Amino acid sequence: MSLLAVDGVTRRFGGLVAVDRVSLQVHAGEVVGLIGPNGAGKTTLFHLISGFLRPDAGRVVFAGRDLAGLRPFEICRLGLVRTFQIVRPFAELPVERNVLVGALARGATMREAQRTAQECLAFVGLAGRAQAPARDLTISDQRRLELARALATRPRLLLLDEVMAGLTPREVEGMSELVRQLPARGVTVVWIEHVMRAVMRVCTRVIVLHHGEKIADGPPAQVARDPRVVDAYLGEVALLA
Amino acid sequence: MAERAAVVDAPRRARVLPAVVAGTVLVAAVAAPLVASPYVLRVLIMTLYGAYLAQCWNLVGGYAGQFSFGHATFFGIGAYTTALLFARGGLTPWLGMLVGAALAAAAGGVIGALSFRYGLRGPYFGLVTLAFAEVCRIVVTNWRALGGAMGVLVPLRPSLATFQFPEPWAYYYVILAMTAGLTAAAVALERSRLGLFMEAVREDVDAAEALGVDTTRTRLVAMGASAAATALAGTFYVQFFSYIDPHLAFGIDVSVAAILPNIIGGAGTALGPLAGSVLLVPLGEWMRAYLGGYRGVHLMLYGALLVVAIMALPHGLVGAVRRWRGRSR
Repeated sequence: MSLLAVDGVTRRFGGLVAVDRVSLQVHAGEVVGLIGPNGAGKTTLFHLISGFLRPDAGRVVFAGRDLAGLRPFEICRLGLVRTFQIVRPFAELPVERNVLVGALARGATMREAQRTAQECLAFVGLAGRAQAPARDLTISDQRRLELARALATRPRLLLLDEVMAGLTPREVEGMSELVRQLPARGVTVVWIEHVMRAVMRVCTRVIVLHHGEKIADGPPAQVARDPRVVDAYLGEVALLA
Repeated sequence: MAERAAVVDAPRRARVLPAVVAGTVLVAAVAAPLVASPYVLRVLIMTLYGAYLAQCWNLVGGYAGQFSFGHATFFGIGAYTTALLFARGGLTPWLGMLVGAALAAAAGGVIGALSFRYGLRGPYFGLVTLAFAEVCRIVVTNWRALGGAMGVLVPLRPSLATFQFPEPWAYYYVILAMTAGLTAAAVALERSRLGLFMEAVREDVDAAEALGVDTTRTRLVAMGASAAATALAGTFYVQFFSYIDPHLAFGIDVSVAAILPNIIGGAGTALGPLAGSVLLVPLGEWMRAYLGGYRGVHLMLYGALLVVAIMALPHGLVGAVRRWRGRSR
């Protein structure tokens, strides 16, 4: 049985069909890349899966449970957490308190939560900055904080929305390494990313959205050669190589 | 080596020093009526009352970041409930204030539920709360059974049972206990799960929701607790002045009084409301005493000082001290 099953999900905004009858499956232990040109509907799909938007049609099943009607915090407590494309740290709070939120919301005691927070901060390499206000972090560290915060909720499935946007090539390397280690922590990943080099290297499978529709789904190398994908990325072929 | 010792000592000092300071202040506060003149005692009462009212607002406006501009609603409900139950039904204000707190919490729940249900945030939430307070003011003004525009005069029957005291020092100790208790509650809140969730909601509702925080419930709890506490301020006011009318209870002045010390002292900090009130109330009294002869001049100067304070201390007195200490560390 798949961990996440999206079945014929559709979402319209006025006349625009942002997500058009998309179906996909994610199995435990995978790192699935979700790519597509700007406006393809990737982030909207994340909103639909995580409960921030309601689908007009279709359904989302996580770990055998239909998520229809559940609010985002309830979905998070089931073990499905998402990050945001634009980092949204709790700016005035210290880094450690940012991460505590996730751990406490999943029902841990304060002591357990502190341990979880420390462990997650150590994992992303922010242990030394635990007491700094989140607003003082660099963009790269804020992305790491976003990851640590999400991991503190002890998710089974993590939806990452462009965790590499705005990072230097070296920072991209570091973040790729973190994402690669997630399955070993018991975290399955669906990952929206525009940095193709990282996607192609880290992901076990890649799904391509274009104009709200799924146009490809398979191993990275195969997807990169798919004529429909090359068409969608017309003029950007070099990116896929 | 010495530097290292200082680092190790820092946490202990950080725990001991506030306790010593708090103890000293509390002892001084308890002893104050013994030495204060009646005028000074009255200023002290109004200062503590201002700090209490501001701390009530701070729970929802400061920690949870829901900028209510209509706390007069809850204040007025508390004041009117107590006054009417006592004047018309003879119910002791000690019980009346609990009824008022319950009604105010219910009102806070309704206003909050409506606002959060329809996703009203920031200034829109503030406007809704303001509108509710104004509606209350107008309704009570025109409702004769509630005293109408004339208000309610509380019959004077001084005794402990009626929450009426012949000596001001008794009021002083009541409001001192209320303020100390609520400040202690704010300190406890900062260390609790609920307090952290409230701060997360203030910083970013969607991010908090995504991390598993029930943001609606968190805001409703903050609103209900704040409303109930604010109603008790209304009770204290009506017991102290023995009179309430629609403007005193539901007027915008009350809502502003609940907010201002937070802006000056530091919203979302346990000591901010107290610091703000300690600065603002005596200053206001002093200016009224010395400049009151020139109509409106003291208000203009007061307003100008507020503008300067807000520009110079965007995070309030407590915020400024924290930032300064953070830098020097």
